[in-house]
Amino acid sequence: MAFAIQFVIDVLSLGGAYALMALGLVIIYGILRLVNFAYGELIMVAGYTMFLTSGSGLPWIIMAVLAVGMAIVFGIITDYVAFRPVRAKSVTAVLITSFAFSNLLQNAALLFISPRPRNVPLPDIFSQTVSIGGAITPVRNLITIAASIVLLAAVAFLMRRTTLGIAMRAAATNFTMARMLGVPANLIISSAFALSGFLAGVVGILWIGRIGTVVPGVGLEPLLVAFIATVIGGMRSLPGAVVGGFLLALIDTTLNYTLSQDLLKFRDAFTFSLVILILLWRPEGLIKGPASGQRT
Amino acid sequence: MKHSYITAVVLIAVIVAIAVGSQLLGIRLYDRIATNLLISLVLVVGLQTFMGNSGLLSFAHIGFMGLGAYTSAVLTIPAQMKGMALPDLYEFMKVVEVSPYIAMLAAGVVAALVAAFVAYPLMRLSDAAAVITSFALLVVLYTVMNNWSALTNGPRTLFGLPKTTDMAIAAVVAAVVIVIALLFKESRTGKLLRASREDEVAAAALGANIPHLRWRAFILAAFIAGIGGALWGHFITSFAPKAFYLKETFLIITMLVIGGANTVTGAVAGTILITFAYEGLRGTESALNATAIGAGQVVGLTEIVLALAMIAVMIVKPGGLFPNREIGHILTRARRKKEIVK
Repeated sequence: MAFAIQFVIDVLSLGGAYALMALGLVIIYGILRLVNFAYGELIMVAGYTMFLTSGSGLPWIIMAVLAVGMAIVFGIITDYVAFRPVRAKSVTAVLITSFAFSNLLQNAALLFISPRPRNVPLPDIFSQTVSIGGAITPVRNLITIAASIVLLAAVAFLMRRTTLGIAMRAAATNFTMARMLGVPANLIISSAFALSGFLAGVVGILWIGRIGTVVPGVGLEPLLVAFIATVIGGMRSLPGAVVGGFLLALIDTTLNYTLSQDLLKFRDAFTFSLVILILLWRPEGLIKGPASGQRT
Repeated sequence: MKHSYITAVVLIAVIVAIAVGSQLLGIRLYDRIATNLLISLVLVVGLQTFMGNSGLLSFAHIGFMGLGAYTSAVLTIPAQMKGMALPDLYEFMKVVEVSPYIAMLAAGVVAALVAAFVAYPLMRLSDAAAVITSFALLVVLYTVMNNWSALTNGPRTLFGLPKTTDMAIAAVVAAVVIVIALLFKESRTGKLLRASREDEVAAAALGANIPHLRWRAFILAAFIAGIGGALWGHFITSFAPKAFYLKETFLIITMLVIGGANTVTGAVAGTILITFAYEGLRGTESALNATAIGAGQVVGLTEIVLALAMIAVMIVKPGGLFPNREIGHILTRARRKKEIVK
């Protein structure tokens, strides 16, 4: 029983984080049909903001808010630097500019801060553990689950009930038509980047809370997770991203428990092979997005 | 077709000029830079055969280069050194020791086989998903190289490769690869693939089996990358898995994209340009490190400048320096225009 609870909590906390990562990526992809390679660096930005403000003596929660704020700001900067100037050109051009921007941010961190890991301040609650039904669990896993439930609900509400959300979904379905009906294109795209940055910031805090330090390459793993989860879930569907995130967490956690230490090093390779199998079965991903509109 | 010959001649002439020029200068540093340039040329032109013709970005290329380098290493490290270089190597492999040239070919074949196996399902994906999975593939190849200690010595440096690559060999391989890339571009597969790059739906309607075409190009690119990896391995003689990861991926993609991914000429021009820019920036970086006392190491400056250059090129000239026409084509057109004026 204790094992089952442990397993479920592991899957849910990892899956919650993965789902949020994937969601942040899909929001951009859904509207622009463009992949944001600099997404992982938003998580890095959040981490370094925490590190840089750690000496200021501010309460932790203020630092966390600042970190999320910086991630939002950098999300919008990504739009202005890497996407807006080349948006109307080729798909490859945007992939490359966002890849270049990702490299730019990483190397800027390398140059101006340090290549070595930096400690990030964390409240005590992140390192405590509790026992639920015999299973000993770090509290941060429960925080991750709670945060992901709240955020997923908030994003669902935003997308379904508010004007902004409906405009974003309209833009994702048929961008040209949405513009003709008076949806301001640049505003929608910038808000999508802001929302993506917000999710990245929150995930960044939760994710870095697991590790405790931040390095310039910290964004790579979340980026990869988001990539795989979105491909499994179907590139353009928001529920697909969430399903993909949880499924990936299920696969990862199962492998964690079943593989021997020697094979565990190859976990990523196993996960990826499973993803290939899923794609052989369903090349479009598990959940189809809205009917395809032309890329803007 | 005629302008392809001219392109081949011009590009090979450029290679010869680089090789002979650096020999004439007789400075060892330039010799090293020129050989590095020629090896990069092999990799970038290899990437062009897939990316240029299919229009899909592939991040996995450097991973296949790594496969090639390790294959060749395992096959060529002298038997008496293997105990030290690869302590965990499987027994039956310990006695294997082949000529570096055979190993180079084997490296290409291994990379191509792995590519053929993993890429078959991936080539069915649409553009963005294909790019993403190629990125994931790079990470997987890196994970495997980093952890399969028996064959790669894990994350530690692998040493003891015989140094067999010199500039002449690199130049010959680069020239052959350029010819292969041009031949492939003008082949039936290449033409159909380019048609699918311009308009996927129209090409499919004409009966092009796009996933299959992409698959072939991907295998060819991996083969060339494997050869390039072996070439590099026997030049540098000791390396670790981290030599085949994001930094290098960024570099070869920069080279290809700034030059122009759609043309072999662009691949060559980009490689030459970025190699010089890179070496220049590296020099500046170490000069700064030598002067700035106690101010900490300057790292990453080169990459920042290259990233800015890449973004700028994409904004001003999204197709790169040579967006559609090979140099041969440009020359024939220029001559024809002159004749008309006469």
